[in-house]
Amino acid sequence: MSHATGVGYLKDGCLPHMWCPGCGNGIALASMLRAFEELGYKKNETVVVTGIGCWGKTDDYLLTNALHTTHGRALAFASGVKAYNPKLNVVVLMGDGDSVTIGGNHFIHAARRNIDVTAIVLNNYNYGMTGGQCSGTTPSERYTSTTVYGNPERGFDICALAEVAGANYVARGTVYHGWDLKEHMKEALGNKGFSMVEVVSPCPTHYGRNNSMKQGVEMLKWLKEKAVSKEKYAQLTDPEKEAYFVIGKMVDKNEPDFSTRYEQIRARALEGGAKR
Amino acid sequence: MKEQYEVIMAGSGGQGLVVCGIILAQAAILEGQNAVQTQSYGIASRGGFSKSEVIISRNEIMFQQVQEPDVILALTEQAMKMYASGEPDRPVFYDTTLLEKRSGRNLYGFPFTEMASLLGHVGTANIIALGAMATLTGMIKTDSLATVLTRRFAGKVADMNIKALQAGIELVTQD
Amino acid sequence: MQREAKLVQGNEAIAHGAIYAGARFYAGYPITPSSEIAEECSRLMPKVDGVYLQMEDEIASIAAIVGASLAGAKSFTATSGPGFSLMQENLGLAVMGEVPCVVINVQRSGPSTGLATKPAQSDVMQIRWGRHGDQSIIALTPATVKECFTLAVQAFNFAERFRVPVILAADEIVAHMRENIIFPDPGEVQVIDRKKPTVPPEQYKPFEPESDGIAPLAAYGSDYVYHVTSSMHGLDGYSNNDPANAQWRVAQLHRKLERYRDEIVMTKSYDTDDAEVLLIAFGATTRAARAAALEARKNGIKAGVLQLITLWPFADKEIAAHGKGAKKIVVVEMNYSGQVTGEVRRILGPEKDITLVNKYNGQIITPKDILEVLK
Repeated sequence: MSHATGVGYLKDGCLPHMWCPGCGNGIALASMLRAFEELGYKKNETVVVTGIGCWGKTDDYLLTNALHTTHGRALAFASGVKAYNPKLNVVVLMGDGDSVTIGGNHFIHAARRNIDVTAIVLNNYNYGMTGGQCSGTTPSERYTSTTVYGNPERGFDICALAEVAGANYVARGTVYHGWDLKEHMKEALGNKGFSMVEVVSPCPTHYGRNNSMKQGVEMLKWLKEKAVSKEKYAQLTDPEKEAYFVIGKMVDKNEPDFSTRYEQIRARALEGGAKR
Repeated sequence: MKEQYEVIMAGSGGQGLVVCGIILAQAAILEGQNAVQTQSYGIASRGGFSKSEVIISRNEIMFQQVQEPDVILALTEQAMKMYASGEPDRPVFYDTTLLEKRSGRNLYGFPFTEMASLLGHVGTANIIALGAMATLTGMIKTDSLATVLTRRFAGKVADMNIKALQAGIELVTQD
Repeated sequence: MQREAKLVQGNEAIAHGAIYAGARFYAGYPITPSSEIAEECSRLMPKVDGVYLQMEDEIASIAAIVGASLAGAKSFTATSGPGFSLMQENLGLAVMGEVPCVVINVQRSGPSTGLATKPAQSDVMQIRWGRHGDQSIIALTPATVKECFTLAVQAFNFAERFRVPVILAADEIVAHMRENIIFPDPGEVQVIDRKKPTVPPEQYKPFEPESDGIAPLAAYGSDYVYHVTSSMHGLDGYSNNDPANAQWRVAQLHRKLERYRDEIVMTKSYDTDDAEVLLIAFGATTRAARAAALEARKNGIKAGVLQLITLWPFADKEIAAHGKGAKKIVVVEMNYSGQVTGEVRRILGPEKDITLVNKYNGQIITPKDILEVLK
């Protein structure tokens, strides 16, 4: 059996890609395009909305519709696209800066609204494109170009945030676990409602270099060893947990999405059922 | 009858002055006149100084604010202080349920709120006042006001408002 | 049957005008004194198969209307000072991405949260220059409830025709004022829709202007696939950092409006033919100016009024033409700096007798205030 490659969605002349050696973005992109292909996504019915950052530049490689937006606001643009035309497949690519730092408000509200878009959040724990500054997910005590004495703040758990904000589907994968990642993305894309896949990804150029993992390979090893299932994580002692993180599906619900509920509002409006 | 009438209704937020102004303006439109209704209010929805202005005219209304009011309704002491000391010929209606009674040949004090609660709802106090103001000035046919009220309200509420309007008309015609 | 005149608030007229123009998507965040537009849209949009989306802030609101517009909707949002400030970045995206949309800015008294319920006309320069990067913008400003309706339609027409965001710069006075208005029937007022591509999908370039200087815009979900980006891009919508391309693109964003300048710039004049005193006003202050001019004429002063309906692009030619014959120019505006006065001075020169009549305390300029300087 031949596997989906996703190459049909990729613009000619894009390889090798612009991202640094050892960056996980290529694997994330390949996983996403394979998921598109397996789901039979048509280019004209698919809109990829991107923010600002290394991962946010992905639209330059795509043959689908695309909307490249300002930093942090991709989900708000995507919400407008989807709310007006619910038939479109709307996929939002953001980094940790876009999604839960500068754009944190849009992230929780998109989840609360349960708008049927799929957010693919590439988390490399720092601002890779601008020189490796700390972000809202940089863990406590880690080093970045703006936390040279160690990070005095704590980082967000993106999946936990999406879950409590009301997302229909939440999963975390890594670029080391490429196959699972594609499967999570497929499930997320297929779920009608706000779906979020966090992709933990290496940035050897900055985050790795600043935190004793200079080589891409070292970072992949770190993902291989420290990303564990929920069950395995539960067996760890509290001090051990500091170094590990959970991958896998966290939430998979079927609560009605915004557009489904808005259809009900339209029906009520036509019946004249306004409260005031 | 004048070509243009300018009306100020002043009191505090929540007294229904804006709605009262709207009803007057709508009645004027029914008569084929032009109307402008504006309001001035503070941050609070309830309480605080609030003012509703209406200009009705047979001509184009240029400046939208009242400059020389033909009649005033004051529902708070603050509003009364602002407007009662004006022109001696300018009628000022005020509510003696809420304000101290005072004398002056241009001052028309009536217990609007008390009358309204006897009719069934204090909210109709403004309509009583409007009936009285319309009758005294002749700025609008009270029939037009009645038409607006029956369009705006239904059933018992409409009946109550028509009664209030009638009560207001009688206040002035009795004199 | 003769249609009935209705008493309508300026904000409501704006909402109805937008829907008349074909707007089917509203996203916004409530803010005084614009909230009635949101309220009206929340009622009306679901009835006309449109969408009302209440966003988490004004940044998201303008983002959502840009997204919806690219999906094919005529879309708009409404706000006031603080919200308009928040919208600037994504308004810039709408300019750069050539996305038709309308932003209603019901101006209120500032700075900052200022006097939230009081009127001002102090965003004139923010509307023009509030965004980083050099860009043109269209802004219209209504003086009556009727103009709230007609200029809302016009704002969409310009947005659709020229692929630009258009600002409808109302003020608290006109937005909260109620006046009698007869809503036009469908077809009575011209409504313009954006130009769609006619080339085969594989040849479509979303930023390639046709002979009229405007590029057709497809909708996401149609047969056409296309890219829009906030970053510098080529005709195909993909990133392009070539200096020659950037030079052309920035100029194109300006030139497409410069070319149609005479159609975009709208003014109205009242008794200006023999005017020795020319009052220049815009928005609600036009009404005080007109009342003052009539009063002045009764006193033997030949006064006329030039109303700026289009605020941006600025009415340079019209002001030059009308101002030439006048001995005295009086500009009426609700801000401290004389934001329009400065422009008038730029056009008519330092020798001209130009007086600013202004208020910036949330109070309304009266005809009396204006007559003071006409004595």
